[in-house]
Amino acid sequence: MCGIAGIFQWNGQPVRRELLERMVATLDHRGPDAFGTELIGPVGLGHTRLSIIDLAGGVQPMPSADGQLTVTFNGEIFNYIELRQELTALGRTFTTDSDTEVLLQAYAQWGENCVTRFNGQWAFAIWDAPRKKLFVSRDRSGKRPLFYTVVGSGNGRTLLFASEIKAILTHPAVSKSIDPISLDQLFTFWSPLPDRTIFHGVRQLPAAHSLTVQGGEMRVTRYWDVDFSRRFEHQSARELEEQLLELLTDATRVRLRSDVPVGAYLSGGLDSSITAALAKNLNRERLCTFSLEFENPEFDESVFQQDVVRRLGTEHRTIRCTHDDIGRVFPRVIQHTEIPILRTAPAPMFLLSKLVRESGYKVVLTGEGADEVFGGYDIFKEAKLRRFWSRQPDSKTRPLLLKRLYPYMKNIQSQPPAYLRAFFQVQPQKLNSPFFSHLPRWDLTSKLKGFLTPEVQAAAYDHDPLTEAEGLLPAAFSSWDGFSQAQYLETTGILPGYILSSQGDRMAMANSIECRSPFLDVRLMEFASQLPPRLKMAGLDEKHILKNATKHLVPESIRQRSKQPYRAPDAQSFFDTDAEMARFEYVDEMLSPESITSAGLFDPTAVAQLVEKARTGAAIGAKDNMALVGILSAQLVVEQFIHGRTVDVPEAAVM
Amino acid sequence: MPAIEADVRKFVSDNFLFGRKGVQLAADDSFLEQGLIDSTGVLELVSFIEDRFHVKVDDDELVPDNLDSINRLIQFVEAKLEEAK
Repeated sequence: MCGIAGIFQWNGQPVRRELLERMVATLDHRGPDAFGTELIGPVGLGHTRLSIIDLAGGVQPMPSADGQLTVTFNGEIFNYIELRQELTALGRTFTTDSDTEVLLQAYAQWGENCVTRFNGQWAFAIWDAPRKKLFVSRDRSGKRPLFYTVVGSGNGRTLLFASEIKAILTHPAVSKSIDPISLDQLFTFWSPLPDRTIFHGVRQLPAAHSLTVQGGEMRVTRYWDVDFSRRFEHQSARELEEQLLELLTDATRVRLRSDVPVGAYLSGGLDSSITAALAKNLNRERLCTFSLEFENPEFDESVFQQDVVRRLGTEHRTIRCTHDDIGRVFPRVIQHTEIPILRTAPAPMFLLSKLVRESGYKVVLTGEGADEVFGGYDIFKEAKLRRFWSRQPDSKTRPLLLKRLYPYMKNIQSQPPAYLRAFFQVQPQKLNSPFFSHLPRWDLTSKLKGFLTPEVQAAAYDHDPLTEAEGLLPAAFSSWDGFSQAQYLETTGILPGYILSSQGDRMAMANSIECRSPFLDVRLMEFASQLPPRLKMAGLDEKHILKNATKHLVPESIRQRSKQPYRAPDAQSFFDTDAEMARFEYVDEMLSPESITSAGLFDPTAVAQLVEKARTGAAIGAKDNMALVGILSAQLVVEQFIHGRTVDVPEAAVM
Repeated sequence: MPAIEADVRKFVSDNFLFGRKGVQLAADDSFLEQGLIDSTGVLELVSFIEDRFHVKVDDDELVPDNLDSINRLIQFVEAKLEEAK
């Protein structure tokens, strides 16, 4: 895995190397093994390398043998061996063993369409000198990041792009400010819509998109999308289970391609247990697994992790995470997310990737994507139940089914039926909304906007986030069933916007760790999108077909346990409610009326009241916790990126 | 019973409105309709009533009719206190 950066100048003037080097230097954590910049005509390409395949070759930026193409590449093309055979058969010759050269030759052979043949996770930029074309692309599910901005105007325009925003912000022509529309969207969907970042003017290249600059024109185009329009019709459930297992096994097999050992994350849930089991079966050598344990039993899953470790016989390493650990590391976490977050869940992932690094590993398999691809999340069940209830709105028993959804949430369990009704009952006009499944979540999250200053609210007033989101839906969306619609929203929304980025790539790369996710293999995604929804959610049994297909791989205790989403303690990580005080000085500083007023995003009175509630242990609800984490992280973004002041928290004294 | 009203208003203002300036809540405004209350808000309300007024709220009393506005809350607390006499 690596970091990439680049500059393109419309006026054809050469790029100043020191500007490019300054950008690349900020990405050191993504690739500590090597550093390179290349200036070619109006383009500068930069790279920091984490060596994983072809340790000796594969130096970047890499030119093609004829010198006409140059690439800077972050990621992996897992099917590079098969593509190489195909390209060799077409008469192409190779000088290295790296997947980077395969990428170059594939582009030379097939042009921009080469990406539709790739099975992998990538963000790369190719300078095509004969055509004077810059071609930038990002993988289908959004595993690898790519941000960009254009400064200047007319012929004096300059395109800056990089794996992380911090590289772009080093350029003297980039102004740094928070985009109120993005903040408003984040306080709706948990992340801004795909082409936005929290910084005004800095864009993200959305997943499954390419960006091309040629002849003075810049275009961003989608080259792939999840499509739920086709269905398997003639295969039996058994046949489909067999196909699923075959595909998942091969998806795991190609993700073990590496010249360094590959470990596996183990959460104690179904998905990472399956990937670890497959890896163990495929790998003749030992497998090392890595897990988080929580001091707080509400979040700890170590009993289940141990079940899997015993069954698979892996070499297992764990890190135990306390409230203090999360609070202490949080400012650094935000240096890497580069965006406010509403949950602390990324913080433990930062500690986990540190453990992987300290254990001498660079690559891990994860179970990410399974809940999106096979419909595992509670939001899918919740939507199904709400639709079921809406057919008999006066039913006394149907709302009670909702309690079965959230066995791990005490608040819902003790909810009086009259209120359950009030919170979840479907209003008839919402039944036909394309966002039916997600409206309760988005409504709840939108409550956080009450903390924004009137100025920020006014700046976003004319930009209804749902209207903008509706404009991004594919034409066929309205013809899909509700379950598929919900899957599409998760797969294109929170998956790239939060799970794979803030909680995934950014936390792993902070410690130079590459994550690989078999469930996001394009073959598996396309297979799963054609499965009838009843095979994914049978009654209220989530990921039904996946459980059946992998019965022999995971312990019964893992298959039988009720789904528990990965979560971490929120407000408690920042406030010691017994002592009624903040755990760290920075928490008081960032949330002080002075800091809040100076940043200008939130109402200082409301924040003070929220802090008081959190300090005394009264902030127990999802809304208060999300508000606290969202406000604190937004303040840390402003402090660290806009004001340029790093918030450091001293390591705990060794007792 | 102005003391009850003051206590209830302060609780709602501190915990649901976060003391925000310019946010007005009429005594009959529904907490649910105003989007002020989430699933834990109900539990917060009940804990407040039980702790502050030393009354026991029964499960079947947990309905919006009793809890969903400042005025309803006041009437409910008054009735509970009356009952306890």
